Amino acid sequence: MSVITDPPQEGFRISQLLYDTRYRSMTIQIVALIGFLLAIGWLINNTLVNLAALGKPLGFGFLWEPAGYDINQRLIEYNSQMTNARAALVGVLNTLLVAVLGCITATILGVLIGVLRLSKNWLVSRLMTVYIEGFRNVPVLLWILMAMAIFIEVFPQPRDFRGEDPAATMKIFESVAITNRGVYLPGPIFNAGSGIVIAAFIASLAAIFFFGKWAKARQEQTGQILPTFWIKLAILIVPSLLIFFIMGKPIDLEIPAIKGFNFAGGIYMRNSLIALWLALSLYTAAFIAETVRSGIMAVSKGQSEAAAALGLRPGRIMNLVILPQALRVIIPPMISQYLNLTKNSSLAIAVGYMDITGTLGGITLNQTGREMECLIILMGIYLVISLTISTIMNWYNERVKLQER
Amino acid sequence: MSKLSYVRTEMLPEQAPPVAQAGIVKWLRENLFSSIPNSILTLASLAFLYVILSHVLPWMFQSSWTANSLSECRSMIAAAYGEGTHGACWAVIRERFLQLVFGFYPAELYWRPIVAFILMLVALAPVLFDKLPRKMLWFSAIFPFLCFWLLWGGSIWVPIVALAGFVLGGVAYALIGAKFGNLPATIAAFLVPVLWWLLLANPVSNGLHSIIPLGLEAVESAKFGGFMLSVLIGITGIVMSLPIGVLLALGRQSDLLIVKAICVGFIEFIRGVPLITLLFVASVLLNYFLPPGTTFDIILRVIIMVTLFASAYMAEVIRGGLAALPKGQYEGADSLGLDFWQSTRLIIMPQALKISIPSIVSTFIGLFKDTVLVSIIGLLDPIGLTTNIRADAAWNGIIWELYGFIALVFFIFCFSMSRYSMYLERKLQTSH
Repeated sequence: MSVITDPPQEGFRISQLLYDTRYRSMTIQIVALIGFLLAIGWLINNTLVNLAALGKPLGFGFLWEPAGYDINQRLIEYNSQMTNARAALVGVLNTLLVAVLGCITATILGVLIGVLRLSKNWLVSRLMTVYIEGFRNVPVLLWILMAMAIFIEVFPQPRDFRGEDPAATMKIFESVAITNRGVYLPGPIFNAGSGIVIAAFIASLAAIFFFGKWAKARQEQTGQILPTFWIKLAILIVPSLLIFFIMGKPIDLEIPAIKGFNFAGGIYMRNSLIALWLALSLYTAAFIAETVRSGIMAVSKGQSEAAAALGLRPGRIMNLVILPQALRVIIPPMISQYLNLTKNSSLAIAVGYMDITGTLGGITLNQTGREMECLIILMGIYLVISLTISTIMNWYNERVKLQER
Repeated sequence: MSKLSYVRTEMLPEQAPPVAQAGIVKWLRENLFSSIPNSILTLASLAFLYVILSHVLPWMFQSSWTANSLSECRSMIAAAYGEGTHGACWAVIRERFLQLVFGFYPAELYWRPIVAFILMLVALAPVLFDKLPRKMLWFSAIFPFLCFWLLWGGSIWVPIVALAGFVLGGVAYALIGAKFGNLPATIAAFLVPVLWWLLLANPVSNGLHSIIPLGLEAVESAKFGGFMLSVLIGITGIVMSLPIGVLLALGRQSDLLIVKAICVGFIEFIRGVPLITLLFVASVLLNYFLPPGTTFDIILRVIIMVTLFASAYMAEVIRGGLAALPKGQYEGADSLGLDFWQSTRLIIMPQALKISIPSIVSTFIGLFKDTVLVSIIGLLDPIGLTTNIRADAAWNGIIWELYGFIALVFFIFCFSMSRYSMYLERKLQTSH
C-alpha cells in the first residue's frame, strides 16, 4: 500500500519573486504601479511648481466670473454678463446640436449612398464610388473650410434682396433666403389654440405606437398582414390636419422678410453652423456608406435566395432577412463613425462656430489664461459625451444583435 | 432510292445577334436602362454630372498659369476668354509651389529635406518590401536620428548622443540579462537610457561639440511648413506609434490587472477626446508638465501628442488583430514551451500584424489627414499657409485654387495608400 504524500513544502524565497511564474506577475504589476505613480507624481509636481511660479494656482473660480464675450449662436439665453460656466454650457449645447444634426443626415445620406453603390446601374454605382473615395481621402478640415467658403463667396449678401429689382431672390415659394450670412427659414408661430393641434399630433403618435403593437400581435395570432404603413401614415396626418382646420389654422408660418440691411423673422441658421453640419455629414456619410455596403455584402447570397424560395417579396426580404443580419455587422463601426463625427465637430473653431472648443477652449481660455483648468474641463466634457454615445449605442447593439445559441 | 433527307446536313452560316442583344446596346440596356426606375436614375445622374462638369471644367481650363497677382490673372482670363469668364488662377500654385511644399524653410537649404525624403524612402523600403536584404534595416534604425539632424541641423553630436542612449539600453539589457534574468534586465534597459538622456546627454554632446564642432546650419521650427510638415508629423507619428501601440494592445490583453487598467485607461481617454484638444495641450500645456525652465520645440511637442493619439488607435487596431487569431495559435505556442515574449515575437505578433495591415494603413491615412489640424494651433501646414498666402496683397481673395490643390495632393497620397493596402492584403492572403 502506497501512501500519497504532499510534495515537500518549501519556504518562500525572495528569488521566487523574480523566477517563479506564480509570483512574477505580482512583481511586474507592483513595479509597473510604482513606476506609473512615480511618473504621474513627477508630472503633477512639475505642473504645480510651474503654475505656482507663474502665480496662477490651480482653481476653478474663474468659471463663475462674467465671461465678457458674446456668442452669436445659442440655444439658451446668454449674454456677455453671464458666467464662463454658462458660456461653456452654451458651447456644449452647440456641440451637441451640430453632432445630432450631423449624425442624422450622415446616416440618411450614408445608407442611401451605400445602397446605391451596390446598384446594378453602372453609372450610379460609379458616381457613388467617386463620391466615397473623394470625400474619404481629403481632410475633413478642408471640407469644412470649403463649405464655409461656398457660403461666403457664392451666396448673395442680404442687401442684394432689397429694392424693386433685387439681384437675388428667395427660393422655394419665396420663403427661404440663402445669404452669405446663413439661411433664413420660415418659422412657426403658435397662436391661441395651437396647443390642441400639438396635443392631437402627440396623441396620434401614441396611437401609431399602439396600433403597431396590436397589428403585430394580430399578425402573430391570425397570420393576416395589415397594410400597416399606410394606416400609420393616415393616423399621423389625418386627425392633426382635421383639428388644424377646425381650430381655424392656429399655427402660422412666419416668412423671413428683409428689414433694412438684414432679414428678420423666421428661423436663422448661421452660415458657420450650416457649413460645419454640411461638411461633417457629407464626410461621415462616405464612411457610413462603406460600412453599410460591407454590411449588406456580408450577408451571404444564400440568405436572400432562401427567402425568395419561401415566397417573400423583395421588400420583405430586405426587411426581414437581410437587414437584421446586416445590422449586426453595420452597427459597431457606425458607432465609431458617430463618435468621430462628434469629435470632428470640434473643428468648428476653424469657421468660428461657437461650440465647446470655441467657447471654453477658445475665448475663455485666452481671456482668463487658465489653460490647465479649461483643457481639463474640455477634455472631461468630450470624454463624457463620447462615453455616453458609446454606452447608448452599445446598448442598442446588444438589442439588435442576433441571439446566438 | 431517292436521296431525300429531312434533316439538314450542313450548318447554317452564323448570324449576328439581334441589335438589342449585343455590343454597346446590350450593355446600355443591362447596365443603365434595365427598368424604368433605373432609367430615371441614369438620366438624373447624367443631368447631375452635366450640371457639375459644365461649371467646373470651364473654370479649370479657362485659367491662367502665368499671372503674378490675382488682379492680373483676372484681366488675363478676361482678355483670353471674354469678359465675365470665371477661370481658375492656377498661377498662385506655380508661384507659391515651393512654399506650399517647404514652408519658410531657407531656399538654399532645400536639399536637406529632399535628401531626408529620399533617405526616408530607402529606410522604408526594407519595411515595406520583404525581398530586400535585411541588413538595410540597420539603416532604417538610424534613419530617424539622421532625419532629425538633416531637417533641424545643429551639432551632429545631439542625435548621436541620443542614439547612444538606445545603445546603452541594449548593452545594459545584455549584461544584466546574462547575470540576473529577464525582468531586471528589462527594467535596466528602460532606466539606463532615461537616466542617460536626463542627466548626461546634454553635457556629453556639448563637450563633444566643443572638441569636434561638426554640424549643419540650424533651422528653427518656425520655418517648417507645407507638405513637408504634414509628411514629417504623419510619418513620425505612425512609425513611433506602432511599437507603443503593440505594447498597449498587449497590455490591454494581459492578465495583469494593474497593467491592464493603465492601458485601458490611456486608450479610452485618448480615443474619447478630439485630436484638437490634444494639440491644444501640446501648444499651451506640455511645458507645464516638465521641470521648470525646460522649453522645447513646438513641432516636437506636436509630434509627441500626435504619437500618443495615434498609438491609442493603433492599439485598438492591433487588439483587433490579436482577437482575430485562433486560440489554437496561443495554445500551440504554449505547448512548444515558448515563454510569453518568445511566443509573442515569433508566433502571435507576425500573424496579428498581418491581419491588421489594412486597418493600420487606414489609421495612417486618418492620421495623415489629421495633420492639417496643426494649422489651428498656428503651425504653417498647407492649410495654415493658405491664410498666409492670402495675406499677401497680390493674392488677396484667392480660395478655390489653393483648397483645390491641397485637396488634390491629399487625395493622391491617401488614395494611393489605400490601394497599396488592398494590394498588400491580397498578397498576404494565405487562405483559400
